[in-house]
Amino acid sequence: MALDQSFVGRTYPPTAPYEVGREKIREFAEAVGETNPVFTDPEAAKAYGYPDVIAPPTFVFSITFRAAGQVIEDPQLGLDYSRVVHGDQKFAYRRPVRAGDRLTVTSTIEAIKSLAGNDILDIRGEVHDEAGEHVVTAWTKLVARAAEEV
Amino acid sequence: MTAKIGYDDVEVGTELPARTFPVTRATLVRYAGASGDFNPIHWNEKFAKEVGLPDVIAHGMFTMAEAIRVVTDWLGDPGAVLEYGVRFTKPVVVPNDDQGALIEVSAKVAAKLDDNTVRVDLTATSAGQKVLGMSRAVVRLA
Repeated sequence: MALDQSFVGRTYPPTAPYEVGREKIREFAEAVGETNPVFTDPEAAKAYGYPDVIAPPTFVFSITFRAAGQVIEDPQLGLDYSRVVHGDQKFAYRRPVRAGDRLTVTSTIEAIKSLAGNDILDIRGEVHDEAGEHVVTAWTKLVARAAEEV
Repeated sequence: MTAKIGYDDVEVGTELPARTFPVTRATLVRYAGASGDFNPIHWNEKFAKEVGLPDVIAHGMFTMAEAIRVVTDWLGDPGAVLEYGVRFTKPVVVPNDDQGALIEVSAKVAAKLDDNTVRVDLTATSAGQKVLGMSRAVVRLA
């Protein structure tokens, strides 16, 4: 069943702050095989002009996708998450995420489309720091495949 | 932001050093823990096959994270990445053996933009299949 178009433009309340920790960044950097000390050594990060270690570019997805859960699990929207695959992902950075950040995410449904029985949902997550400054925007396209086979 | 590559040192078509990234089941378990994405299609073969996949597949976000390393290692400063986007076109299938799979990534400068920025287009393949499409980053050079 096609998703309700009236949800386009809907913005969900900002999430509670996510506090970015040095060791979580280290864990993520090691999991993706990163060896750049800017992710793990505060002194190396300072040499690049950052106040603390920064996170690899895709780290923030863990935070924005959790926030997108508000949309995905919205019973009124009625998305069948068991059929969802990740279609596209994009980020636009004002600055890198870094240790010590307390980040909130505000999720908005940008578009809903129906294509060949697939529901396509575009979610934008605006990430702000504790001072209210914009850090990064994440766009996530989810595709709920048509339930054709039984 | 202090990229080690100068804007004047690149032109459209400049190739970045290509890389090959191995991925095994252990890599995926580790990424699941680090990212918080515990979807069983990334570690449970039985589940993956039940939902119509050929085998366990890598997290799309893992592939996205590997691909940008070609760019960030070139730049030196990962904070010089201003935009990064991909389309997930095919899954990276990861068999349960000692080899796992390989993700091969190449990249080249596709356009010189304003403000010392360039657009880099990336290509990522695994087992001969293109696994990322529309994969591009905008980065600030020195």
